[in-house]
Amino acid sequence: MSKREGEGYPRRMKTSQKTDDRDTGANLTSPVMAAFKVFQQELDTKHDKHERLVKLSRDITIESKRTIFLLHRVTSVPDVEEVLTEADLKLDGVRLNIRMIAEELRGEDLHQFHRAFTPGIQEYVEAVSFHHFIRHRTLISLEEINTKLVFVKEPEDTPEGQQPMGTPQVLTFQVTPTDYLLGVADLTGELMRMCISSVGNGDMDTPFQVSMFLRQIHDGFSYIGNTGPYEVSKKLHTLRQSLSKVEDACYTLKVRGSEIPKHMLADVFSSRTAMMDQDEGMA
Amino acid sequence: MRCMDIRKVVQVLEQTAREILTLLQSVHQPSGFKEIPSKCQKARELFCTVRTHLGELKTKFPVDQYYRFHEHWRFVLQRLAFLAAFVVYLESESLVTREEVAQILGIEVVREKGFHLDVEDYLAGVLIMASELSRLAVNSVTAGDYSRPLRISNFINELDSGFRLLNLKNDPLRKRYDGLKYDVKKIEEVVYDLSIRGLSKELEAGGDK
Repeated sequence: MSKREGEGYPRRMKTSQKTDDRDTGANLTSPVMAAFKVFQQELDTKHDKHERLVKLSRDITIESKRTIFLLHRVTSVPDVEEVLTEADLKLDGVRLNIRMIAEELRGEDLHQFHRAFTPGIQEYVEAVSFHHFIRHRTLISLEEINTKLVFVKEPEDTPEGQQPMGTPQVLTFQVTPTDYLLGVADLTGELMRMCISSVGNGDMDTPFQVSMFLRQIHDGFSYIGNTGPYEVSKKLHTLRQSLSKVEDACYTLKVRGSEIPKHMLADVFSSRTAMMDQDEGMA
Repeated sequence: MRCMDIRKVVQVLEQTAREILTLLQSVHQPSGFKEIPSKCQKARELFCTVRTHLGELKTKFPVDQYYRFHEHWRFVLQRLAFLAAFVVYLESESLVTREEVAQILGIEVVREKGFHLDVEDYLAGVLIMASELSRLAVNSVTAGDYSRPLRISNFINELDSGFRLLNLKNDPLRKRYDGLKYDVKKIEEVVYDLSIRGLSKELEAGGDK
């Protein structure tokens, strides 16, 4: 609340409207004040919705990040399927939050609130595409992501045991192409980590698979270049670094891999990983 | 690409806005005071052109993606809201309503009905006008009109009370609102200067508008 200016400044022409009390009854009768009361309500409603979306977005981010950490374990546990199943459950939880975002956005122009939920959605894309890669070794498409974000609302509250009226309501949340690209760009960082850690575990196949995959993604982003949204161009730099590390790792593996006993491979790459960890400011 | 089309229309709108502004700025001249009604009339004619261009702008993107492209025209729309508010103030010394601004510009108030005037853009326009009025208060005195500053003062103070009702976030609107207190102060100083010199005594008797 702004303090009254001009303290100590002599007021000779006091007018009746000057007051510190915001909602003095007398003032609210004027058309100007009445109009501003309406503006207050409109702005409050909008800000409240924005805040709810920010909270949902944060929850999505946290849970998606935990899913990613969980998925990294596939390089070091024997039962990959168990990890994937557990991750599936986590992602189902995330999708419940996305459904709540869809509820909030019902009837709204989603671009008005996009800034509120874009971080969470990008993180979700990262998690779900990581999951997909581990299982299928391919890149999940935007369509496939959006198919899972179609929510059906069964009409549960029927009056007095009557038949449910009308068709079940369908609620969708559609990830935008930009958010998809940004999520995939962040995925490349996780893939790079996965590549390096898989080498340390004696896995000779995954690094080369990841490298090839990463190169394809990189080439795709290069093709877009600077013609896409600004945020996408920014990620290209980090993407190049990730690709470079992965390609170097594969090179080392190729040239010296057969010479080094598996249990020592981790050490060969540990110095590299130390350098990488310093770069990981924004995961 | 859509952005190029939108930008072209926005540029034309900005040009028209500049013309209206140039027209209305002349009220700050001592000679300009007498011609206020005719200037308002001319400004209203220029708003016809604005309506045409905004009508064209509407067609350049899907109707349900207003906020996707909002940043392209936010600046010029705020300026146009300011100019509409200024014209209405010069005509009737009252605060233009959001509905009236929308009417002058030929657009909607409610998002669902189509290309609309966002409440924050309307408020930004009003705040720009407040600055203009603080300048007008000063120049009124220079031009020999000692009654206008007091009326402007009452108007701006009510505006300030209205803005105090709003719960603003730390966004551009909040920053702009922070400037209002300087406008309020400037106008109070003008009114004070007049009152201690007894220059405003003349109007206490007449009380004309």
